[in-house]
Amino acid sequence: MKAFSTITGIAVPFLEDDVNTDQIAPIPTKRSLKPDYREMFFFRARRLSDDTLNPDQVFNRPQFASPSILVAGRNFGCGSSREGAVWTMQAMGIHVLIARSIADLYRENCLQNGLLPIELPDDKASDIEQRVMAADGSAPFTVDLVTQTISGPGGADIHFDISAADRMRLLEGLDDIGLSLKHEAAIADFETKMKQTSPWLQRAIRAPGTEPKI
Amino acid sequence: MNTSQKPRTMFDRIWDAHYVATRIDDRDLVYIDRHVLHDLHAPHAFEKLAAAMRAVRRPDLTFSMQDHTVATKPGRDENTNPDGAHFQRAMREGSQRNGIRIFDLGDPEQGISHVVAPELGLVLPGSMHGVPDSHACTVGGLGAIGLGCGTSELEHILATQTIALKRPKTMRIWLDGQLRPGVGAKDVSLKIIAALGTAVGRGYAIEFAGPVAQALSVEARLTLCNMTIEMGARSGFIAPDEKVFAYLEGRPYMPRGADWEMARAQWLGLASDENAVFDKEHRVDCGDLAPQITWGTDQSQTISVTEQLPALPQDADARLKMERAFAYMGLEPDTPVQGVKVDRVFIGSCTNARLSDLRIAASMVKGKRVHEGVTAMVVPGSTSVKRAAEQEGLDRIFKEAGFFWGESGCSMCAGGNGDRGRPQERIVSTTNRNFEGRQGKGVRTHLAGPELAAACALAGHIADPRDYLERV
Repeated sequence: MKAFSTITGIAVPFLEDDVNTDQIAPIPTKRSLKPDYREMFFFRARRLSDDTLNPDQVFNRPQFASPSILVAGRNFGCGSSREGAVWTMQAMGIHVLIARSIADLYRENCLQNGLLPIELPDDKASDIEQRVMAADGSAPFTVDLVTQTISGPGGADIHFDISAADRMRLLEGLDDIGLSLKHEAAIADFETKMKQTSPWLQRAIRAPGTEPKI
Repeated sequence: MNTSQKPRTMFDRIWDAHYVATRIDDRDLVYIDRHVLHDLHAPHAFEKLAAAMRAVRRPDLTFSMQDHTVATKPGRDENTNPDGAHFQRAMREGSQRNGIRIFDLGDPEQGISHVVAPELGLVLPGSMHGVPDSHACTVGGLGAIGLGCGTSELEHILATQTIALKRPKTMRIWLDGQLRPGVGAKDVSLKIIAALGTAVGRGYAIEFAGPVAQALSVEARLTLCNMTIEMGARSGFIAPDEKVFAYLEGRPYMPRGADWEMARAQWLGLASDENAVFDKEHRVDCGDLAPQITWGTDQSQTISVTEQLPALPQDADARLKMERAFAYMGLEPDTPVQGVKVDRVFIGSCTNARLSDLRIAASMVKGKRVHEGVTAMVVPGSTSVKRAAEQEGLDRIFKEAGFFWGESGCSMCAGGNGDRGRPQERIVSTTNRNFEGRQGKGVRTHLAGPELAAACALAGHIADPRDYLERV
């Protein structure tokens, strides 16, 4: 995973609450194992009913062609656990999500991919929302994970909270599986112990000649 | 099992029993007892794992299902849905390469992972059950902790047989009352979301308890727990009891003999201690519950089928959101929901496509005809459910009434297999998400239980299932 420390770039507002992963990255009609994640990004919201791009939609406006920061409302990323809903953000160049709240699975998927998820209390959220709306893509904002600040036009720096552990993981770009494999001996010990105390959990063997009762 | 003095919740008990280590980033490594994969997300993880030259740690505890991209047309093969073929091939190859048992197309036990795993006894009370799908929570109905996850976490489980998590807080939702005929677990779940919202469970694991949870059948508990993610929580569960043990005993992957007796004894000790403290508690009264139906574009926009659609609120933000939902759904505020014309009815998905769901729907449509102009579909939750239903003659009842009777898969729940509606088509669906575009561009989805869906198929409009229930 790539390390994240600071980014300066355009912040785009999309302030609806309860934005779900079907909105962020719908399952495309034409399926591919390697889809075009840029095209997928908010596919429906960006298009009119005849499937042409809506030039007035915020993501289609020229000043937001290359955003770095997405500013969102409450419960962003609810719904399916699909990780494509984070990959599509990154394909657009978005590396920071600032929201009033973020759905559990989505927040986890952000951390897995080095996208910084920031949750702000209402007063700070409303401050940054107003400033990002006022800037309207004309000036950049900076998000610094080292100092835990958001800065930009229209007001004072905003401090944000993030757990020390999540912060370190992003700053160092730690390989998640590598981090866990440091505990390989503990995993093996656990398995040995479980074989003693609850052996059925360590053994998924089908009894011969059995069919599921329905 | 409880060696400490402090009273514990069931969630804490299971978490503690699966704790392996704490990583330097302060996350707990929690052991995954059973890992069930599906064709939509596993192919990417197999590819990433191979690129990193990592092996699957416990292929013997891992199982593969083909469900999201498979066609439902009778006589299907992997090319029936051409867009799904490469997912299914990658799934098959990745599973075989890594020594994972796959329930492939054509396997007599293929089906939706959350339906098949309980049937086969791949879900054990007190176990941690990982699936790269948000509806992993379904298995909580058997007293297991389901953990839905993304592709990176899926790869992590394959490599380590653990998941790295912050321990969630605990919540108990106490369900009071006694359900009336025509009202089921789906109605309870929608009522909870209408009362508490789609984000109430964010950061929590939810235990459902109280007389309603206890009275639910095992299959109905799977339905209720399936909807936990729609409350914002990753896991939801009900303490296992004799009903659960009776359901599980003798299933193919269950322990047997002395192991079964020992397992059962442990499972009896799983329930939350009487004086256990939850981080949050809610109560929902289900005594007067009528059949529920969603009218909008998230599951909190739910009403009783007997009610009027809501009036627009004063608050500007709330009003805007509601106006948008009304516009998308083609409905007017403050008008009755009953009588709204329906174009299609879908009975299927990991939420409501087990045998009991099909039985109740079949009992309502037996000897009747689907209303003219309505497309009605039944897609069984698994090939085993399909076979059992056919043995009882349910397929004939549905087909004679004018329903499509399909092969098992996720189908119209997410439309990942090409089963989708047309713009502005109004669908009453027993699935779990009524988001804009979920079942196809512009499709207007109303979520409900199988009773209400069956009633709509007959009536041609949104109807109260109690008017169609067999009089006993």
